[in-house]
Amino acid sequence: MAEANPFRRKKVIDALIADIREKKNALPSPCRIMEVCGTHTMTIHRYGLQTILAAAGVDMVSGPGCPVCITPAEVHEAAIGLVTGRENIVLATFGDMTRVPTRRGSLQSCVPARGSEVKIVYSPDEALGLARRHPDKEVVFFGVGFETTIPSIALAARVAAEDKLGNFAILPALWVIPPPLRAILESGEARISGFLYPGHVSAIIGERPYEFVAREFGYPGVIAGFEPADILLGIRSILDQIGDKKPAVGNEYRRVVRPEGNPLARKVMEDILEPKDACWRGLGVIPQSGLRLKAAFAAYDAESKYGLDIEARSGDLPGCRCGAVLRGILSPAECPLFGKACSPESPQGPCMVSFEGACLIRYKYKGLGS
Amino acid sequence: MCLGIPSKVIEIDEVQRTGRIDYLGTKVKTNFALLEDLRVGDWVIVHAGFAISRLSEEDAKETLDLLREIAEKS
Repeated sequence: MAEANPFRRKKVIDALIADIREKKNALPSPCRIMEVCGTHTMTIHRYGLQTILAAAGVDMVSGPGCPVCITPAEVHEAAIGLVTGRENIVLATFGDMTRVPTRRGSLQSCVPARGSEVKIVYSPDEALGLARRHPDKEVVFFGVGFETTIPSIALAARVAAEDKLGNFAILPALWVIPPPLRAILESGEARISGFLYPGHVSAIIGERPYEFVAREFGYPGVIAGFEPADILLGIRSILDQIGDKKPAVGNEYRRVVRPEGNPLARKVMEDILEPKDACWRGLGVIPQSGLRLKAAFAAYDAESKYGLDIEARSGDLPGCRCGAVLRGILSPAECPLFGKACSPESPQGPCMVSFEGACLIRYKYKGLGS
Repeated sequence: MCLGIPSKVIEIDEVQRTGRIDYLGTKVKTNFALLEDLRVGDWVIVHAGFAISRLSEEDAKETLDLLREIAEKS
């Protein structure tokens, strides 16, 4: 049956690939593009684009685009420590977070203290609802995300403060995307030619925060959506920027991403949160790459409320190379554990756990692409 | 994870800034606090229970026209 969705039509995809091949052939150097967003990784592998693009001369490499994955071990361990060490805690978080393995086990496998439990929620609002319905419990929302999710988590802190919800706190694992791009370009180790910028992070932050990539480093980049044709339009536009020697911030997802992003969502972030230097798994400490609650919201910050020690570093599980995968220097299949000691049934690192994790995606769609 | 498929706004509670969307035929409670001037019938992108962006029909049409053009050219 012919695909009705024009973004997935074979004729459209074939034509775009032909265009990309032609544009790539006109370039003298190899072309290696980092897709920053985990959902882009998913589209690329689900539709077998990786193989087709490689045949056209364009190599795709996954970046640090999975918030669950780049959250370092010590933050996951702090959450485990909280629910196992204190009574009557309800630790609410997104599903992926509960299965991330650490040296202290995972949230799913740990044994909570008396009266404590781990609950999976789909939104910060649900965690607020838990706090309202269970006044006898201390609800901690282990909130992870990039700019796409951060405004909704920030709003939860504001609502808790307005409603004086004393039994609610947030354990923040909030990461902003532009600083790690700078870190990747400064190290140069990923050997990339350009970035496919994340679609929905950009819906919040707009085009401007990426300008340094072109201006300071001379690298192209294009914002793209999540359909196969969106990805290919993005890559085609990156090749145009390389060919014309005019690096810029392109936007092939204009139906969703405005140049200025979502100013209201950004205002919410700025009112409630402030930047801090933060440690990313694999990438280490990156200046101003994380967000924390401002002092006015300290009562709702689990880190200060419970005096959590997040500095202590025990590191990844032995042999896990998620750090190198997140830096774009190791392809999942090159990891000695991939598909052997590490699989979705017994993951050794977060990249095999999260739906946006490069390893899980490779594992699921292995063999596609013909 | 990002859901790239848009949802249609079907109910808005202006006071609470919440309402419901239709996502591929499923009606889902959604928070509209991050978007201004939303109307029933608008198409939005929803992430973790929050509408984060309104679709521009004009830009969507432009991209679809471009795709049609690319396919016909080949």
